[in-house]
Amino acid sequence: MNQRRSFFVLTMMTFGFAFLYIPILSLIVYSFNESRLVTVWAGFSTKWYVALLHNEAVINAAKLSLKIAALNATGATILGTLAGLALARFGRFRGRSLLTGMATAPLVMPEVITGLSLLLLFVAMEQAFGWPAGRGFTTITIAHITFSMAYVTVVVQSRLSTLDESLEEAAMDLGARPAKVFFLITLPIILPAILAGWLLAFTLSWDDLVITSFVSGPGSSTLPILIFSKVRLGVSPDINALATILVLIVATGIVTAGIYMQRQQKRRDRDMQQALADNL
Amino acid sequence: MKRGRTGNRRSSPFVQPELMAWMRALGPYRWASVCLRAWGMTGRAAVTSVPYLWLLLFFLVPFLIVLKISVSDIRLGMPPYEPLITWVSAQVVEFRLNLANYAFLWEDALYRHAYLNSLLTAGVSTLLCLLIGYPMAYGIARAKPSWRNLLLLLVMLPFWTSFLLRVYAWIGILKNNGLINNLLLAIGVIDEPIVMLQTDFAVYLGIVYSYLPFMVLPLYTAIEKLDLSLLEAAADLGCRPVRAFLAITVPLTMTGIVAGCMLVFIPAVGEFVIPALLGGPDSLMIGRVLWEEFFNNRDWPVASSVAIAMLLLLVIPIMILQRVQGQQMWAHR
Repeated sequence: MNQRRSFFVLTMMTFGFAFLYIPILSLIVYSFNESRLVTVWAGFSTKWYVALLHNEAVINAAKLSLKIAALNATGATILGTLAGLALARFGRFRGRSLLTGMATAPLVMPEVITGLSLLLLFVAMEQAFGWPAGRGFTTITIAHITFSMAYVTVVVQSRLSTLDESLEEAAMDLGARPAKVFFLITLPIILPAILAGWLLAFTLSWDDLVITSFVSGPGSSTLPILIFSKVRLGVSPDINALATILVLIVATGIVTAGIYMQRQQKRRDRDMQQALADNL
Repeated sequence: MKRGRTGNRRSSPFVQPELMAWMRALGPYRWASVCLRAWGMTGRAAVTSVPYLWLLLFFLVPFLIVLKISVSDIRLGMPPYEPLITWVSAQVVEFRLNLANYAFLWEDALYRHAYLNSLLTAGVSTLLCLLIGYPMAYGIARAKPSWRNLLLLLVMLPFWTSFLLRVYAWIGILKNNGLINNLLLAIGVIDEPIVMLQTDFAVYLGIVYSYLPFMVLPLYTAIEKLDLSLLEAAADLGCRPVRAFLAITVPLTMTGIVAGCMLVFIPAVGEFVIPALLGGPDSLMIGRVLWEEFFNNRDWPVASSVAIAMLLLLVIPIMILQRVQGQQMWAHR
């Protein structure tokens, strides 16, 4: 490659990655700062972490967020997998284009619109049937499932569309019923995609502020709502400590998943080569 | 080749016997399928109908409600809007359509300003994202294969960490006694802090920072597929690198460019968190206006019409995105 251009690309890449990571690093560094004024360095201290662990409100909000995120991820994964399966495998059926539209629109819909529309629905439903009574855990979970199942649908659908249908056809030819084919053939193969979808749905729910703000009621503040109300009042070091903990958890998870997937890939390649060698 | 596939199964030996046991335990499944068939429903219809009904109820119906409320009158009470249809007597139905909310949005300078400002902010940020993201994606796609996954992982990692906290990090960097100002004061470049927080600059920065991964990933996919021999051929024929880039690389990666731009532009238009935390009182964006109309003024009808207006604004970009993504799907097959 042209020397000068390669230098330009390298510079831009360094700049880009620095841009992505300097804010996160600064969060981490200042979480160990003694001073309450976050950006004035006054010595190393872990007192903000101790304060955080004794903060009842933060712990409760984190517990609520975890519960909602886990429930949401499971629901969204089931619904999203069914939708992805229908879109990738069932060919043309009546109402397919409407399903495609509804399944992908939440990906690009501004969050304020999704939040507002769901709240208006919940209010109208409460008026008409008395359910859901008030807003809180149930309404937040329903709202999260609705927007995050779209991501699962896309992940599962794209995995299925790259998958060779001949395995499923072979099982059918040998007399397996469709449900059996799904559980014995399709599901094990797309399991990594489903897991990825579950994790994605979990993270989206865990992070969501805007939609949650619309559909939550008094007494049901999730972690992002709590953080937002604190951040609006200004910078505070315990938020930095919280951010550091969250970033480290995510980073560990992602790196572990990355290493695991790379190993799987390597093993698959080796198996493939072995099989080819055996056949020759 | 066939034995290669059986080799695959070895990697997860525990999955299948376990599932077999499950299937046996799920004896009633057969009963369920018999019942469904008696109702005139096939297994496929059952699979499709679950997500279908969910989306109809929680995605489509809410829109119709927003549309309905956007044309109704505000009133005191709960819910704070007048019904569209009222039964005056057993035979007479009164139907009231109130377009005043939309007229209000059109005539009030504040809303027009918010509208235009959202478009401008989203447009400028998208452009900046493209300028930073393209070289990054190019560099990743041309890096050694062993590096590529690591670099992609590094691009994706911020996306998995809390969006709110990443925006919050910029407050600490940009504020008057923040990281940048302290640094510049210490070096002696400036005598008094530069005001950066609560300006439009901070909003642009926040949007570019938050949405950069959405730009890089589709660009990477497009650039990686590019056939390098085309560039070599151009160079052999005496084409300069810049011209080759404009004549070959850019047109061939156009789907990635358009997809990336739309993925940044669409959410940026409706952004609420970034202008609320980093922007000043006059960096009005339409998402923030909707939020304030709803939570502070409690005017549900106007908030609904702002939502509809925002959606109209985004219809064209969303359609472009869907078309481009359809093309990419095709290319993958």
